[in-house]
Amino acid sequence: MSWWQRLWRRRQMEEHLEKELRFHLDQHVSELIAQGHNPEEARRQATLALGGPEQVKEYCRDSRGTRWLEDFSQDIRFALRMLRKNPGSAAVALLTLALGTGATTVMFTVVDGVLLKPLPYPEAHELVTVRGHTETWNTKIFGEQNVAYPDFLDCKRDSRSLEMAGTLYDGGTVSEPGPPEYVDLREISSGLFSVLRVNLAHGRAFLPEEDLPGGAPAMILGYSFWQRHFGGRPEALGMSVVLDQKRYTVIGIAPADFRLYGNEPDVYTPIGQDTAAYLQNRSAHPTGVVARLRPGATLANAQSELALIGRHLSEEYADTNGGRTFAVEPLRPEIGDVRSTLWLLMGAVSLVLLIACVNVASLLLARAVSRDRELSMRAALGASRSRLVRQCLTESAVLALSGGALGILLANIGIRPFVALWPGSLPRAQEVHLDWRVMLFTISVSLLSGLLFGLAPALRSPAHGLEQALRAGARTVSGTARRLHSAFVISEIALAVVLLVAAGMLGRTLLLLSSLDPGVNVSNVLVTRMALSPATLADPGRIRPAWQDVLTRASRLPGVQSVAIVDTFPMREGNNQIGYSISADIPPENQQPTTLATSVTPDYLKVMGIPLHRGRFFDDQDRIGNQLVVVIDDVLAKQAFGTQDPIGKHLWIPGMASPFSSGGNAPDAVLVVGVVGHVRHWGLAADDQAQVRAQLYYNFAQVPDPLLPRWSQLMSVAVRTNVAPLSLVESLRQQVRGAAGDQVLYEVRTLDQLASGTLARQRFLLLLFGIFAGLALLLACIGIYGVLAYLTGQRVPEIGVRMALGARPADVMWLVLRQSLGMIFIGVGVGVLGALAAGSLLRHSVEGMQPADPSAFAIMIPVLIFAALFASFVPARRASRVDPMTALRQE
Amino acid sequence: MTEKSDLPQGTLDLLILKVVALGPVHGYAIAQRLQQVSRDVVQVPQGSLYPALHRLENRGLLTADWKDTDTGREAKFYRLTRKGRAQLETEAASWERLTAAVGLILKMSDGGVQ
Repeated sequence: MSWWQRLWRRRQMEEHLEKELRFHLDQHVSELIAQGHNPEEARRQATLALGGPEQVKEYCRDSRGTRWLEDFSQDIRFALRMLRKNPGSAAVALLTLALGTGATTVMFTVVDGVLLKPLPYPEAHELVTVRGHTETWNTKIFGEQNVAYPDFLDCKRDSRSLEMAGTLYDGGTVSEPGPPEYVDLREISSGLFSVLRVNLAHGRAFLPEEDLPGGAPAMILGYSFWQRHFGGRPEALGMSVVLDQKRYTVIGIAPADFRLYGNEPDVYTPIGQDTAAYLQNRSAHPTGVVARLRPGATLANAQSELALIGRHLSEEYADTNGGRTFAVEPLRPEIGDVRSTLWLLMGAVSLVLLIACVNVASLLLARAVSRDRELSMRAALGASRSRLVRQCLTESAVLALSGGALGILLANIGIRPFVALWPGSLPRAQEVHLDWRVMLFTISVSLLSGLLFGLAPALRSPAHGLEQALRAGARTVSGTARRLHSAFVISEIALAVVLLVAAGMLGRTLLLLSSLDPGVNVSNVLVTRMALSPATLADPGRIRPAWQDVLTRASRLPGVQSVAIVDTFPMREGNNQIGYSISADIPPENQQPTTLATSVTPDYLKVMGIPLHRGRFFDDQDRIGNQLVVVIDDVLAKQAFGTQDPIGKHLWIPGMASPFSSGGNAPDAVLVVGVVGHVRHWGLAADDQAQVRAQLYYNFAQVPDPLLPRWSQLMSVAVRTNVAPLSLVESLRQQVRGAAGDQVLYEVRTLDQLASGTLARQRFLLLLFGIFAGLALLLACIGIYGVLAYLTGQRVPEIGVRMALGARPADVMWLVLRQSLGMIFIGVGVGVLGALAAGSLLRHSVEGMQPADPSAFAIMIPVLIFAALFASFVPARRASRVDPMTALRQE
Repeated sequence: MTEKSDLPQGTLDLLILKVVALGPVHGYAIAQRLQQVSRDVVQVPQGSLYPALHRLENRGLLTADWKDTDTGREAKFYRLTRKGRAQLETEAASWERLTAAVGLILKMSDGGVQ
């Protein structure tokens, strides 16, 4: 019989035990009678010989080995009975726990989906990426380098340890089928899907022969694009799509949940068919690499192998690959800067859970104290201390698990709205699910919190001073219990102070940041990205007239004040960071000072409302062939020239990204002609701490011809309007469609939206911290109320005596309030220390966060003290109305 | 009445196994048998007999069926399992070794062993 059978057949086993012992007794009795004893004497002797039947049975049950389980089920039944007996306090405890675990579960679900889960590909731990590395590269500012396409092909051919595939970010205009649309394009190696071990939803992946120059033009559609343009019909396979004037045949559809670097591209084409010059050049590094370790290969193998290949390449192509190596790293999800936000919220939510636990602990403690008599009675009847502790812990575990189950229900309702509320879009949002990992987490957290809040009541189960406890009845509170209660209240208040002050700091920060001058006039500006007609882009001679045409047509629209074309605009929408030099003697790349560079047309200052401080801005004379000129902002003026007048000074701008150095030639000197005000390019919050703040503007008209097609793919149109900006979108779209009707606008927004978007994170944090702080305040007040009500309830006879001896109601109220004031002030003191620590944590992880200042404390702490006093007022008043006679009679 | 000794710790299990090894037997009979064979020298507490039986059954050394006795009453008869027999052999052997060694030491004359 296995243990569960034994447990199951308990009743039968009990019957058998009874029957076996009865048989023994009867046999013994009849034998004694046969020996000549009278029946009564015989039974007495037999019973004596066997021992007390109940005791023998108990020993037999013990030896069965299922004792703990039987006790356990008994404890659970008892616990449920206790819960049913006090529905009020049970409901409060359950609700408190459900809120605490529910909020924690939601946060953990997000943390798990975004930060902890591996990438959503099979055997994701085998996936790596390859990066280029040059000693003189300024990784801190410019980030990690990708790989040159010819280098990638060499690595792919020579590597024994890695199965490699390349990807390239690109975009283009799909003009057929349907209206022209700008699409997110990924050029990929034929092996990408097999490296990732992902099967297509329909059709097939690219063949190696399609991944070569001149291969048959084939295209794979992203699932959403396929749904949007082909209604999800499988007949799309074999149909054609025209992308940038080239006709492709659709051969496959990517699966629905497929993401590449966290995005779902619209269409995929073979990278090998792209004959663009920069893909043949070993000094341009555009190719992202995804690779899988071959069976038996380790990361270390791959690293040393790629380093060796890199050394060979740098010897063979010394001019482009000198000093260049490759690094192999595990492939990680792209999650941007949400990590710190998530951990902050997880921390805040844990504080709320902690408060909930403390609350329930004080509730249970109060009950345990009033159950002293019951527990003492059990101890007197022979229950061991460990048995009583076990029973108390079982009760709190039952409570905790029921709370946890309710919490999971709440989390299940709350998780989607929470993800939707996330500012911008939560990375990996599609991987955020309430799954078994989350369940496991919630169950363990519930059990842990059950242990936490059950321990104090359990450990005070009586084992000593039994007699006293029995005699005293349920009417006195020992000093230990009172101290424990106070400790609970103090820690609740302290935790609430931490959350309240953190919310206060966030609120003040947000106020301050929104009142900052962004450096541009954000109202009434429409910004939109724009793709020229693919036919125009293919013919560099037509590009400048095409942009001029866009400017002229847009400025003719009624409601438009001024129009400019710009590559990157403020509020974090893209950036171009370049190194510069203030002398013709150019230092190596990683020692050059850096600045943001923006390519604009002359009306840009008017559109953005940026003030001109000295000199002039661009005009139509600043063309190719004339003097190269730039305008700088205050920050760059100070950074490059200190207190000297920058007008008339020269700058040299080297490097691949520079418009002023053609190929490998030494850069041309450019003349500074004007100084303008600084713009908070990185957003209201982040700009002060940004690494590269200096700004430099150059005229789009002076971008050399060979760079024009590339630059034209990055340009946006910015329009200052007299009317609501978004009302102009449709007419603007019509106006700039171009002769072929295939010039499109995409990512249309107002500058106002962008500016307020840069504070979205702070606003979101404030909202949640506000909610958590409110919850903490509420829970703390309930806790204070509960504890004081309980403590004063226990003191009714004492109060009765005091009043009989002449104490006035006011004295009694003061007696109670004094007790609570003591707890409140200690709690606030501890909380302030905690809040200072939390403040410095916030300052490290939230952009633009203001240091902990007295005002946050000065506003929040009185709020808490008043709430706490209000909660203690009710029991205090009740105490002051005690009728001495009734109170004394109660004794 | 002769003076009775208490059972040394842990020997009750061995004795029960030995008695049961002789054939299926119920609890009362085991008590009787132990009493008779030890000629009333050893005090077998009846109260601890049943917990011991249940423990041995639980460990899989004994198994039990309900059968009718000669007098027609139903009783629980214990039998040795294969595992129980093996256990009896090892325990009996180690008991022999132990008593032999204890006996040797007790018989030893003063200073008889170097």
